[in-house]
Amino acid sequence: MVICEKTEVTNLTIDGQQIAAESGMTIFEAATKVGIYIPSLCAHPTLPPSEECGLCLVEIEGEPEFVISCTTKAAENMVVHTETPELRQKQRQVLEKILSEHPNACLTCWRKERCQPFDVCLRNVAVTERCVTCPKNGRCELQEVADFLDIEAEPIPYKYRGLPVNRDNPFFDLDYNLCIACGRCVRACRDVRGMQTIDFTELNGYRVAGPVKANHKESECRFCGACVDVCPTGALMERCGKWQGLPEDSIITTCPYCGVGCQLILETKQDRIIRVAPVLENSVNQGQACVKGRFGIAEFVHHPRRLTMPLIRKNGELTEASWNEALDLLAEKLAGYKGDQFAFIASAKCTNEENYLAQKFTRMVMASNNIDHCARL
Amino acid sequence: MAGLAASFGSGAMTNSINEIAQAACILVTGSDTTSGHPVIALEVKKAVRNGGKLIVANPREIELCRYAGIWLRHAPGSDVALLMGMMRVIVDEKLADVAFIGEHCENFDAFRESLRNFGLDFVEKVTDVPSAKIAEAARIYATNKPATILYAMGITQHTHGTDNVLATANLAMLTGNIGKPSTGVNPLRGQNNVQGACDLGALPNVYTGYQRVDNPDVQNKFEIAWGCSLGSSPGLTLTEMLDAAHSGQIKAIYLMGENPVLSDPDAKHVQEALSKLEFFIVQDIFLTETAELADVVLPATSFAERDGTFTNTERRIQRVRKAVEPVGNAKPDWQIICQVAGRLGANGFDFEHPSQIMDEIASLTPSYGGVSYQRLEECGLQWPCPSKDHPGTPILHVDRFVRGLGRFTPLEYKPPAELPDEEYPLILTTGRSLYHFHTGTMTRKVSGLNAIEPHGVVEINPVDASSLKIADGHKVKVVSRRGEVICKAKVTKESPPKVVFMTFHFAESAANILTNPALDPVSKIPELKVCAVRIEEVQET
Ligand code: SF4
Ligand code: SF4
Ligand code: SF4
Ligand code: SF4
Repeated sequence: MVICEKTEVTNLTIDGQQIAAESGMTIFEAATKVGIYIPSLCAHPTLPPSEECGLCLVEIEGEPEFVISCTTKAAENMVVHTETPELRQKQRQVLEKILSEHPNACLTCWRKERCQPFDVCLRNVAVTERCVTCPKNGRCELQEVADFLDIEAEPIPYKYRGLPVNRDNPFFDLDYNLCIACGRCVRACRDVRGMQTIDFTELNGYRVAGPVKANHKESECRFCGACVDVCPTGALMERCGKWQGLPEDSIITTCPYCGVGCQLILETKQDRIIRVAPVLENSVNQGQACVKGRFGIAEFVHHPRRLTMPLIRKNGELTEASWNEALDLLAEKLAGYKGDQFAFIASAKCTNEENYLAQKFTRMVMASNNIDHCARL
Repeated sequence: MAGLAASFGSGAMTNSINEIAQAACILVTGSDTTSGHPVIALEVKKAVRNGGKLIVANPREIELCRYAGIWLRHAPGSDVALLMGMMRVIVDEKLADVAFIGEHCENFDAFRESLRNFGLDFVEKVTDVPSAKIAEAARIYATNKPATILYAMGITQHTHGTDNVLATANLAMLTGNIGKPSTGVNPLRGQNNVQGACDLGALPNVYTGYQRVDNPDVQNKFEIAWGCSLGSSPGLTLTEMLDAAHSGQIKAIYLMGENPVLSDPDAKHVQEALSKLEFFIVQDIFLTETAELADVVLPATSFAERDGTFTNTERRIQRVRKAVEPVGNAKPDWQIICQVAGRLGANGFDFEHPSQIMDEIASLTPSYGGVSYQRLEECGLQWPCPSKDHPGTPILHVDRFVRGLGRFTPLEYKPPAELPDEEYPLILTTGRSLYHFHTGTMTRKVSGLNAIEPHGVVEINPVDASSLKIADGHKVKVVSRRGEVICKAKVTKESPPKVVFMTFHFAESAANILTNPALDPVSKIPELKVCAVRIEEVQET
């Protein structure tokens, strides 16, 4: 009875490539689908388009002007170019305008790939304005776009805004000095989370995104982190792990809290979790999570009060013991409680494999069907 | 989840999370979805943006009420009356899907008979919801298809929780909203792996995949596989175990990863029961309130330090992957059990990796038959997945119900076990917060979450607050027949008059000291959602 809708197809050509796009797709989506990169800073796969940054220009044959590809629908037999020199020229101009509002000395420096945080800066750039001292360095979309458009020039005139960093909540910081007003966070909060915590506002004459009331909490923030996840720059950064740099390793796992089972990326460095983010593709949560999964994991995993040794009650006190001692005691005692006088309480927090073993152990080794867990609660 | 199994033949969520956004109507009842299942709430909001109609049935003004076309603020514990009232309207106004019922269901006539008792006057009196509103909700649900029902603990944690579930099943069948995309009855499971713990046989009456222990063929199969003889009578449920421990029949308990001293109703009774044990083993990642009572405490690893799988609320088996090394000498639970079994001389516990355990599970469990770690790599698999080439099952009961015919159940209204009286004039209902989880073992170790929500409060309507002369932030004492708890009051219209609300995450103001352990006779779920209390002001010293 599952309805399999047949999707209509639109055929178009982008950079000489024949593409069968699903009807209703924009040029930007069609290009992204086949791996053609169009620079942009405000488009995001989880968000409705907004034309805010004006970078994703393309040329359509027969059209007098370049068009914005994230809002222009692909049409049958359309012929699109994304990489003409004229386009690049225009895109550089758009980017330079954005960069006139953002620290850019590093972005335009020929030495940027080689620069380390403690190197002497050839351009005498202030520490607050360097990419190498920015927590987003190495995974910043503004850097990517600047690299792609190959802006190597004199620094673009820019004055540090000197705005405060908003640290009004325990989970993430909002550095207004790095905000490029792309609006992704505003759309994520409003269009995906159904909240209206943040919007564009003016601070000292600069257009930035920020909470609509005095702080995030009063603006009904749910601290889901969706805004942080989409921010292309270092403006919105989770505080935990902020200064840890890039991870050494990362794995995908399942959130240990509620039954949604969000897929989360755990980024690690030196055997510690430094950052957790939701998985975008192939997941129940499609790039979303909530405060517990997003910000509530690393601290309990690495908590100093974690149990690290078996404890045995001796003279009324729980006392540290070796595994050998504990296991010997267990075996000796449990051998005397086989049958109905034994019960196992398993757990909805443990894995399937562990619950399987718990009931196998209870039924087979302890000869009892007294096994249950707290599902009823 | 006994109710759904009786009606449909399977107790699990019938449909999948990503179908919700395409529903034309969504009935959310007994679930504060934005707190309990935040990411599912996003799908509900998406459905509303897509033009879907949202009906919220909840005594409290939950966040989803803002998105709802219609909000039914029914009295706590009156769910059966509310749903039966809606069904009465659907039948009377000939909005039922007669063809579907005729072809796929049984026992409809007896059910229809039972609707006689639910005239809207009666329903209005019991639920406190104007009858016109109930009729409107009924029409919206019956005429906007596909329609889906989401519910959570607000439905099940009652002495008549099974009846509540049966009512939702009746409603879905009555309108043919089952077995199709974006329809169904969808219990949202609270904890990450409740579904999996049930699926894998951590239940007294069934082995893995709900294979009954009292079925001789099943028993035989497991006896051969495990090479031992097995008992054929069901064991005790958790609450019964605790009673048996209290009376001395159960002498040893091995507890893994739970904290019943905080999560179970009537905390005092639980504590006494566990203290009476001759031998009590607790295996956990922290020294919980429950572990403090143990004779032996074994350090387990957190989810981030082990491999395995969880099964989410939509029956999707997903990988858990090791991200960091275990702290200190902690070990994963599976390894500890294997070592204990080994010391006791048992064979069949020599696993080197959880994937081998899953292979054994697949060989013994029809619904997990096609599952292997290799196949889970991409995005998991939804059971039933009976064979290696089966793609998994996003929607249950397609073409026919798992049990053959869907079964209508006649229902009657039963009031909650404990109603307010002169001495205890208020109803206490409990629930979850967005910022904490279950007994707080994990979330209360997270400073940011504690900063946002540092302690438990009792939420009280302004009308009651002013008659009791309690101001927002005042310290109050909440008293029930079982105990008393001191916490701060939060005066809010989110709670209806005469109803107060607490979460159960906080050890120092544990709501379960107050709640009623009276059980649903079938599901054995305690009535955590309704008990009678009174509130007294505490003079601050
Ligand atoms: S936000 Fe990006 S471009 Fe701006 S300073 Fe940080 S790393 Fe550099
Ligand atoms: S954390 Fe979530 S709710 Fe808060 S501002 Fe960001 S997107 Fe909005
Ligand atoms: S905070 Fe980030 S996402 Fe929001 S507008 Fe500024 S740059 Fe864009
Ligand atoms: S991230 Fe939040 S919604 Fe997702 S599984 Fe974890 S607790 Fe549930």
